[in-house]
Amino acid sequence: MTYRNPPTTPRKSATFDDYTLSEIRRAAATGIYDIRGAGAKRKLPHFDDLLFLGASISRYPLEGYRERCDTSVVLGSRHAKKPIELKIPITIAGMSFGSLSGPAKEALGRGATLSGTSTTTGDGGMTEEERGHSKQLVYQYLPSRYGMNLRDLRRADAIEVVVGQGAKPGGGGMLLGQKISDRVAEMRTLPKGIDQRSASRHPDWTGPDDLEIKILELREITDWEKPIYVKVGGARPYYDTALAVKAGADVVVVDGMQGGTAATQEVFIENVGQPTLACIRPAVQALQDLGMHRKVQLIISGGIRNGADVAKALALGVDAVSIGTAALVALGDNDPRWEAEYNELGTTSGAYDDWHEGKDPAGITTQDPELMKRVDPVAAGRRLANYLKVMTLEAQTIARACGKNSLHNLEPEDLVALTIEAAAMAGVPLAGTNWIPGKNGF
Amino acid sequence: MPATKLSKAAQDNASRVFDLDVSSLRELNQALHNLTPGSNETAWEVLNPKGNHSVAVGVDQPVSIDVRGSVGYYCGGMNSGGAITVHGSAGPGVGENMMSGSITVKGDASQYAGATGKGGLLVIEGNASSRCGISMKGIDIVVHGNIGHMSAFMAQSGNLVVLGDAGDALGDSIYEARLFVRGEVGSLGADCIAKEMRPEHLELLQGLLDRAGVTGVKPSEFKRYGSARTLYNFNIDNADAY
Repeated sequence: MTYRNPPTTPRKSATFDDYTLSEIRRAAATGIYDIRGAGAKRKLPHFDDLLFLGASISRYPLEGYRERCDTSVVLGSRHAKKPIELKIPITIAGMSFGSLSGPAKEALGRGATLSGTSTTTGDGGMTEEERGHSKQLVYQYLPSRYGMNLRDLRRADAIEVVVGQGAKPGGGGMLLGQKISDRVAEMRTLPKGIDQRSASRHPDWTGPDDLEIKILELREITDWEKPIYVKVGGARPYYDTALAVKAGADVVVVDGMQGGTAATQEVFIENVGQPTLACIRPAVQALQDLGMHRKVQLIISGGIRNGADVAKALALGVDAVSIGTAALVALGDNDPRWEAEYNELGTTSGAYDDWHEGKDPAGITTQDPELMKRVDPVAAGRRLANYLKVMTLEAQTIARACGKNSLHNLEPEDLVALTIEAAAMAGVPLAGTNWIPGKNGF
Repeated sequence: MPATKLSKAAQDNASRVFDLDVSSLRELNQALHNLTPGSNETAWEVLNPKGNHSVAVGVDQPVSIDVRGSVGYYCGGMNSGGAITVHGSAGPGVGENMMSGSITVKGDASQYAGATGKGGLLVIEGNASSRCGISMKGIDIVVHGNIGHMSAFMAQSGNLVVLGDAGDALGDSIYEARLFVRGEVGSLGADCIAKEMRPEHLELLQGLLDRAGVTGVKPSEFKRYGSARTLYNFNIDNADAY
């Protein structure tokens, strides 16, 4: 009888996992980095790592269906004559016409308006679809200044100076040629069909002192009526928030690395910037150190998915949150009903992120006239409104359970963390302990 | 917040002279924005600008504004139809994002003159610093003197005319804007090349010189520069260009 050595189970490397190997092969075959949409996909410390404590003997709750829990928020009261008044603390983040189809932009406007909240333009100018259907529209002031003009600036309800975004702090925009239709090209003053790479820096200011002068100009142009937001990617949230406040912002928007993008290098999305959870406390701390918390409002975005996320963000001190990816999903993005077509594109529903290619089966991230017909702006807007309503009800449910008659009365004391990482980032105790890593020298 | 009501002095002054030693910047800009089509207040004068930022920004009526002195950042920003003359020098971003109308700077201009301008005419009678015409989108810019480095960076559309020299990296990553330089060019930026001056360009240039009040200079003295269009669609073999 011959002895056979016991076989070794084939072992794949944790370092060189299947995705990594496929990416090496793809790079070797094509000679170009991978570009995709959406935000960071890697697992990150997030709101799921926090829990609310709820009421107990020392805290009493509010009645779920009887006692009022306020959800409203006013943005821009620091300097603006006409601040933005929202019924819910959930806004729609900036997404460009060009990246999104006209019907998708209209649907976002309709859904936001039904819900009493604002929507935001993007790196492509203001369209009639979104202005017409958005009661409150935030007009982004971007490095590219595509479509930027005096008339639209004055008919906006607020202005958002975009310094960066969470998916790519330090990176510019990108829109590949196949999405530069006649209309998109005209709005951006570019030849049709070229790859449009927008600038990463503003063309006419650099640094916080210039930003202050730029904000003054925007205020003067709009007669100090409109709130001016400053949006930054989650890079250095403490200093960026403090500098934005110093420059005169009414509202600071901090976008963590789970925040989406229309198209950016995968390596950028996954390796630059900080998780949303890690951005909140430093930003709030900056406002508190300056005596400006609740005077300059803080909006956080990047991976907000449900009412619990909203409640947790508010408990950590933000005034409102913003959603982008989740809003697109509510409109119908990545819906399994298009699974066969996702398969043809070499992907599956839930994983489709080649938004820059303009082939979106759901008709949202495309300029293809046939595909975009799949978005019914009225029905999709209704879905977004439903989703926003659910998020709000969920957040209220939690707030009442914590004994709060306003979502903005939630506080860090209502929270514990499930992991040491989340405890350190959120500045709340690890569950079952009174330990906040980094506090008291530990 | 600055007062928005006009000072008595400003209201009383029918000739619309604004002395920024007396009235605030806010009063000046508000008064300009309060103009309606057909207003008889078509001639404005601003005294003592003293380097103030955002002088006469967001003008949207066809009025003339003479600024008697030098201005800070963003003078005439987003101008839509106004004819603004700065009788001095201008700080960064003069005429940024101009939509239409004209701005003339009698002295020199700092960085980013005419940045992202969509239309209208910007004339710098002195020199312009770096990044003149950056990201321009339809504006016409005529500089009597020299311009600094990185001018017409990512310039998309419109015309930049320089009677003197241009600094390094002219027209880097340029799209469809046309650049006409009479003197030397320090160096050309990525994807910017010298191009043939055809009859239509000579005609266009003559028109620009006429509009800018330039005399004694012939279009044939200029060279034309524009996009080689090799970077319009990404090609890995061009990566060294960046």
